[in-house]
Amino acid sequence: MKNWLKILAVFLLFYVHIGGLLMDVPRLNILNETIRALYFHVPMWFGMVTLFLISVIFSVKYLLNPSVESDRKAVEFANVGLVFGILGMLTGMLWANYAWGSFWHGDPKQNGAAVALLVYLAYFILRGSVENEEQRARLSAVYNIFAFAAMIPLIFIIPRLTSSLHPGSGGNPGFNMYDLDNRMRMVFYPAVIGWILMGIWVTTLRVRMRAIEDKIHDIEDEKTH
Amino acid sequence: MILHLIHKELTLELRRKAVISGIGVYLFSLIFICYLTFSLRQNSINEATWSALFWLAILFSVVNSVAKSFIGEKKGSFIYYYAVASPQAIILSKILYNTLLCLLLSLAGYALFSLFIGNPIQDQGLFLLTLLLTSFGFSAALSLISGIASKANNSNILMAVLSFPVILALLLMAIKITKNVLDGLDRSVSVDELLNLLAINCILTGLSYMLFPYIWRS
Repeated sequence: MKNWLKILAVFLLFYVHIGGLLMDVPRLNILNETIRALYFHVPMWFGMVTLFLISVIFSVKYLLNPSVESDRKAVEFANVGLVFGILGMLTGMLWANYAWGSFWHGDPKQNGAAVALLVYLAYFILRGSVENEEQRARLSAVYNIFAFAAMIPLIFIIPRLTSSLHPGSGGNPGFNMYDLDNRMRMVFYPAVIGWILMGIWVTTLRVRMRAIEDKIHDIEDEKTH
Repeated sequence: MILHLIHKELTLELRRKAVISGIGVYLFSLIFICYLTFSLRQNSINEATWSALFWLAILFSVVNSVAKSFIGEKKGSFIYYYAVASPQAIILSKILYNTLLCLLLSLAGYALFSLFIGNPIQDQGLFLLTLLLTSFGFSAALSLISGIASKANNSNILMAVLSFPVILALLLMAIKITKNVLDGLDRSVSVDELLNLLAINCILTGLSYMLFPYIWRS
């Protein structure tokens, strides 16, 4: 990753945290100040979906042309994506506690998100239970692609078909309404870009770490033989 | 080739009568436990509970029966298939055969439910169509996942863990149609859900068809 992108990510996130907490927000009924959750909660999902998408792309790449490198990248993007998903879930639950009255409300979007996390937990369990490295990489790449495609209807389509209390659906004030408000857009878009960049940065670091760990293992193996 | 493979599956299945009757008894005991634990007949259950129980019973028996399509097979037979058939033919024949199996299981489950727990379904035709579509979707998803799980260590647990999130979308659609049917709504209300079900089926089948050769190679 280019250095200027890292600097941009840090700068954007500083701006988002200060601006998100201090700048003026529109006054809406019920939501009131909790509307600021938009700056911290929604970018997590954007980040998660982007990272999972990149992970799937590397899985496809692995199937077409197997290499340790693409497998490592697919895993680490899924890993960091999962962290983003858990953070998105937690920030959403915190918000739901104030806006809806309970941490878990059984909203279609909440349930869909929980299933998305379940898919990737299953992905890591699959990786844990295959011994052979090459087979592990191939099987998990297949499952990654399959599960991602099966997940899309769950998190993008079904919540739109059912009634939901989540902002943005069922007549609740949501995304479109904020979009009209330029003050919020000034913080929200930088937040999305900043978190996606941060996610990619963390992933590239982890990929490099894993590559070095693998190399150390190889050297140790050679010593013992 | 595909027909040959389906024929082979059928003959093998009929030869191993213990397996098929095992699945039948599994389904029966599942439904009978539902019946006993809710101590029905004295107090009937409402419709939402009916559909939840029905789909849970179908889900568990289907996952267990499709699981054996790759997990149960011996290592030697894999090598033999690999030599005589293309992976595409194998997965398609598995999907078609498993569809048949799932449909039989769903119908048997439906009959048993009508017998023990009652039959609140108002529109039989639509419900049977739903059963057909979900059977196809289940078998498309589960055949591939059974192929994945058969290569790993703890196959049976893995089968359940891997398959539940994937077939959830299918299950939710099916439950929604069931709810419409139970409420006696007009068929036109369920058209959207049926189309969704069909679309999800197409996605799952296409993916299984494309991805299966990669897990088959090892």
